[in-house]
Amino acid sequence: MKRITYITLAHNCRLYWMWMAGFAALILNGLYFAWYMEHHGHWVTGMNNQIVWGLPHVFAIFLIVTASGVLNVASLSSVFGKPAYKAWARLSGLLAITLLAGGLVALVLDLGRPDRLIIAMTHYNFKSIFAWNIFLYTGFVLVVLVYLWMMFEPGMAKKVTPVGRAAFVWRIVLTTGTGSIFGVIIARQAYDTVILAPLFIAMSLSFGAAFFVVYLFALRQSAFTGDAELLGKFRNLLIHFICAVFLITLIFHITKAWDVATRDFERFILLDGGLLTVLLWAGFVALGVLVPLLLLSGTGGASPNRVLLSSALHIAGGLAHLYVIIIGGQAYPSVLFPNKEVSSSFHDGVIAGYSPTFAELSLGLGGLSLAIAASLLVIRILPFLPENRASSD
Amino acid sequence: MTTSNPATHSRRAVLKKSAVLLAGLASGVKLVDLAMAATKLEATDQLVRWGMLVDVTRCADGCTDCVDACNTEHGLHGKGRPLTDAQYIRVVNLKDKSTGHTSSLPVMCQHCETAPCVDVCPTGASFRREDGVVLVDKHTCIGCRYCMLACPYKARSFIHENLTDQKPMTPRGKGTVESCNFCTHRVDRGGTPACVEACAEKGHKALVFGDLNDPGSELYRQLREKPSVQIREDLNLNTGVRYHGV
Repeated sequence: MKRITYITLAHNCRLYWMWMAGFAALILNGLYFAWYMEHHGHWVTGMNNQIVWGLPHVFAIFLIVTASGVLNVASLSSVFGKPAYKAWARLSGLLAITLLAGGLVALVLDLGRPDRLIIAMTHYNFKSIFAWNIFLYTGFVLVVLVYLWMMFEPGMAKKVTPVGRAAFVWRIVLTTGTGSIFGVIIARQAYDTVILAPLFIAMSLSFGAAFFVVYLFALRQSAFTGDAELLGKFRNLLIHFICAVFLITLIFHITKAWDVATRDFERFILLDGGLLTVLLWAGFVALGVLVPLLLLSGTGGASPNRVLLSSALHIAGGLAHLYVIIIGGQAYPSVLFPNKEVSSSFHDGVIAGYSPTFAELSLGLGGLSLAIAASLLVIRILPFLPENRASSD
Repeated sequence: MTTSNPATHSRRAVLKKSAVLLAGLASGVKLVDLAMAATKLEATDQLVRWGMLVDVTRCADGCTDCVDACNTEHGLHGKGRPLTDAQYIRVVNLKDKSTGHTSSLPVMCQHCETAPCVDVCPTGASFRREDGVVLVDKHTCIGCRYCMLACPYKARSFIHENLTDQKPMTPRGKGTVESCNFCTHRVDRGGTPACVEACAEKGHKALVFGDLNDPGSELYRQLREKPSVQIREDLNLNTGVRYHGV
C-alpha cells in the first residue's frame, strides 16, 4: 500500500482568507449577541419560561452530535480496518474537536450565568446526566488528542488501533449521554424514552458523514472529490445512516402514538403543530431523508454532485429535526390534569409559541463558524490533509 | 551490624497481622453500618418533612389571595411580560372535558421527595433540604434551565432581566432559576408560608401547612381524614404538596 504524505492547506489563498474573514465576522457577531443577551437578560430572545431551550441549543446539540459522528472516518480506518478512509483520519479527528468546541461555546454563552463556568467545572451532581456530559465532552477531546498524536507520530502507528477503539467507544457513550439529556426527562410527553439515545447515535453517524462530505467539497480537495471509490463509500455510508435515523424516528413516533398518554402530543407534532409539523415533514422527512435517498440510490448515485447535495440536504433536514425535537418537545404543554381543560396565568394547557431572534441565530452561527474557522486555521499550520495522490502519481 | 532476633520478628509479625485483622474488622463493621443505616434524608424524614394540603373545595372562584401574598412576600413585580415574568404560584383553572365541572387550584413547587429538578441539576444548585423543602442555591445556579425542562409541574421561573428592589429574604438575580421555597425564612422561625397565612386571614382556610411526619399536626390530621392526591402521582415523586377535591 502506498505511503500517504500529508500536507498543509496551501492553495486558494484569496478564497481561504475570504472564508476566514466571513467566519471571523460571524464569530464576532455571535460574541456581540452573547454579550447582548447576558447584558439585557434572556427576555430579549425568543426563549421564555415555556420554551427554555431555543435555537442556540439546536445549533449546539447539532455541533456536539456531529462532532462525534465526524470521527467515524478515523474509526472506519483504524477500528474497522478500512484503509480507504485512512488518508482522512487526521482531519476527521481535528473536526471532531473543533465541532465539539463550537457547540460547547454556543451552549456556555447561552447560560444565564456564563461567568459561572468555573462552578460548572468544580461542582458536580453525579446523578445529573448533564454533569456526566461535561466529563464526556472533555474526555472526548483528550482521547481524540491522543488519537491524533498517535496518528502523527510515526513510531506510534501500532497504538493507533487501541486508541482508536477507545475513541470509538467514547463517542458512542458521548452521544448516548447527549440523547439521554432528553431521554431522562419524565416530565415531558415528547421525551421520557430510551430510544432518544440510539436516535442521537444514529444522527451523529449521519450528520458526521454528511458534514465531512460538505467540508471536503468546500475545501475543493481533489484528492477526495476525484476519488470515485471513496465517494462511493460515502454514498453507502450516507444511505445506511440516513435509513437508521429514519427508522428510529419512525419507531419513536409510532410508540408515542400508540401510548394513549402521549397520543395527543403525537397528533400535535405530526398534524397540528404548524411550523413544527412543516419542519418535520418537509424539512426532515422530505428534504433530509427522502430526497437524499432518492439522489443516492440507483445509477449515478455516487456522482460527486449527488453525494454533495444529499449531504447538504441531510444537514438541513437534520437541523429541522433537532428543532422539532427540542422546541416541539417544550411547546407541547405538560399534562398535569388528564381529561381536563386547563388554563392559567402561567400558560398552562397552551401550546407555547417560539420566535427565535437574530441574537439566538447569531449565537448558533457563531458556534458553527468557530468550529469551521478553527479547523481551517489548524489545517493551514499542520499537515492534516493527504497529498493529492492523483497529481503526485 | 544488626542481627534479626527471631522472637522480635515473630512479635512484629503477630502485631502486624493483628493490626490488619483489626482494620479489616473495623472496615467490615463500618460497611455493615453503612448498609444498615438509613440515609441522612430518611433519618430526618422521621423528624420533620414540611408539606401542604390544598383543599380545592375551599378555593373560592376567582380568588388569587395566595398568589398576591406570594408576590408581595417575595417581591415578584412583573415587568408586564407574561411569558418571561416569574411566578411562584399560579391559579390553574380546570374544566372536566366530559362533565363540564369546573374548579380552580393553586399550583406551585410540589417539593418532591425525589425531585427531578434536583436529579438533573449539573452543579447541585437545585437541592432538597433535609426537611423536604426544595430550593435553588443562587450562588451555584449557572442558569442552564435544565431543571425547568425536567420539572413536571412547570413550577420554576428563569429570571430573564435585571431586577431591582429585591426583598432581603428572597435573593433573586438575573440569569438564575427560582421557584416557591415554602417561605423558608418564615418557616425556619416557626411561621407559615405567606400564601397559607393570607388564605387563612381571608377565611378560606384552603391551604394547610405543616409537618407531614408529625401525627400531632393539623396537616397530618387532615390528610388522614380527607382523601388526597398528588399531581402526576404516576411519576411516584412523593410530593410534599397534596390536593383534596380535585
